[in-house]
This record gives sequence, structure tokens and C-alpha cells, in this order.
Amino acid sequence: MALGLSMGIAFGFLLHKGGVTEYDVIIGQLLLRDFTVVKVMLSAMVMGKIGVYLLKGLGMAQLHPKPGSFGSTVIGGLIFGVGFGILGYCPGTMVGAVGHGALDALFGGVVGTIIGAGLFSEIYPKLERGVLRKGDFGELTLPQLLKRNHWWVIWAVGLGVVAFLLWIEKAGL
Amino acid sequence: MEWLTMERWSPYAVGIGIGVLSWFAFLLSDRPIGCSAAFSRTSGMIERLFGGEKVLEKAYYRKFAPSVDWEWMLVLGIFVGAFLSAKLSGQLRAAWVPATWAAVFGHEPVVRWAVALMGGIVMGFGARWAGGCTSGHGISGTLQLAVSSWIAVICFFVGGVSTAMFIFEGLAN
Repeated sequence: MALGLSMGIAFGFLLHKGGVTEYDVIIGQLLLRDFTVVKVMLSAMVMGKIGVYLLKGLGMAQLHPKPGSFGSTVIGGLIFGVGFGILGYCPGTMVGAVGHGALDALFGGVVGTIIGAGLFSEIYPKLERGVLRKGDFGELTLPQLLKRNHWWVIWAVGLGVVAFLLWIEKAGL
Repeated sequence: MEWLTMERWSPYAVGIGIGVLSWFAFLLSDRPIGCSAAFSRTSGMIERLFGGEKVLEKAYYRKFAPSVDWEWMLVLGIFVGAFLSAKLSGQLRAAWVPATWAAVFGHEPVVRWAVALMGGIVMGFGARWAGGCTSGHGISGTLQLAVSSWIAVICFFVGGVSTAMFIFEGLAN
């Protein structure tokens, strides 16, 4: 619990220093005018996967990939996206925004997100028997899907990300 | 210690920091960083306050018990971390309405908060439907190369970009 709190403090500190707890920065990303959010996310992903897969190789960490299905991941992801576009924060950055005084994140965002999560728990039993199971693919990972070694995928994705970020920088976004 | 009081760091430095933080989350806590399940636990805690112990019987709260856990503390930490960062850089101030919003839709807080509330409800609902948010799927899931997370994050941005474009470029004109 203390570890969770300290990692949260570091996470919130970084999110704020990155500017991604600002509505203006997030909405700028969604309007494709400012790529700060994508730069933060992609560099975290590249850095994170190298270390986490190294730790896993050394037997010091285990992976916890989330299971998915088309009914859950695609439909839920699109619903999330619509809410994300209306609100202009995601759950984590919204809490950070409250931390620096954004009142719309508190009175609108936090309250709304709790209500939304509550509504989901209400209809979960119905969804769980139906749509959430449609097109289930379980805890599949890209190396399993592509039948390649995970380091092959890590390099391929990493190079793709670096090329994309160079292109973004060149385009001045 | 000048870097602590800077308003912004490079998005790449922040992303690398978050990536390294995720190593520690796997190494020390055997958990990926995530945020949105904490909102389900909170909605459960609030329901329990009003509805009593029978809330614990709900199928979704048997999966995500309405209590404070590691991830809940992490989310609390995000608030503290962003607060500290903003305090150090002198950016801590109550903001009623974000600038980008105000420029197009005006300064009336009630309008922005009502829209944010609606966005929060949709986002909280969608996050639980998809089984994660921009942190749990977007960073922690993609770095584990989970197929569900790569699909989810694409859907987040497809939904988010089209909604933000509709609001700012469709509705506003």
C-alpha cells in the first residue's frame, strides 16, 4: 500500500511535469494539434517494455497481460474514447488535474467517472453473459499472435515508434 | 534542484520516467500501473455506505472488492504528486474552466462542468467495459505487448479524436 502511494506520487509528479494533466494539452492531442500525450505514452511504452521483459527474462517479474475480447475491448474502448473526448482527461490525468486545481476535473470528471463505474457494475451481470464474451481471445500477446520471439517484437515495435516520433518532430507537431 | 521547479519537462524525459516507474511496479509490487479499477472500488464503497453489506454480493464487486488497495493508493498518489509538482513550479491555482474550452464555449463553469460530468460518466463506464484505461491498457498493457491493450488504445484514440473533432470543429462552427 505504501509502495502504491509512493509510485502514485512519482507518477502524478511526472504526469504534471509532462503537461498531460492539462485539459488544453489532452484536447490538443485529440484535435491532432499537439502530440505531447502520444510522445509521453510511446516513450513510456518503449522504455517500459525493455525493462519489464528483461526483468521477466531474469525471473524477477511476471507479466500480467489483460484478457480481451472484441465485445469488451473494441466496444468498451470506443465508449471510453467518446467519454475521453468529451471530458478531455483520462482517469489518471484527471486525478492529477484535480491536484493542481482544475475544478472541472473534480466536479465533472471524478464524480462522473465514479458514477460511470457504478453504472457499469449495475449492468455487468447482463453484459458478462453476452457481449463481453463475443470474440474472446484471452490473454494473447503480440509475440504469440505473430509467432515470433518477444525480443523480435520489441525491436520491431521500438523501431516503428522511433520512426513515427522522428516524423512527428519533423512535422513540428 | 532547478529541474524540480521547472514548469515542464520534455515529454520524452517524462515518458522514460514513467517507463522506469513501471519496472518498479512489476519488480516490487508485481503489478502493472493502472487507474480505472480504483473508480469501481470507490463506487462500491459509496454504494456500500448507502446500501449496506448486500452491495458486496454484486458480481462486479466480488471481482473488484469495494476497498482501498494498492491501485487505489496509487491514484491517491497521483493527486499528491501532481499537487507537489504544481506547488514547486508555482502552477497551483484553482481553474474554473480550461482555456481551450473557454475560448470556444465561454467561461460559464456550470456548462463546462455539466459536459465534464457527462464525459466522466461515459468514460468511467467505457473504462470498465474495456477492462482498463489509458494507464492500464495504454501504457502498462501495451508495454507487455498484450493484444487486448493495443486494440483498446487504438479504440480509445479513434473514439477520442472523432469526439473531440466533432465538439470543436463540428458543434463549434
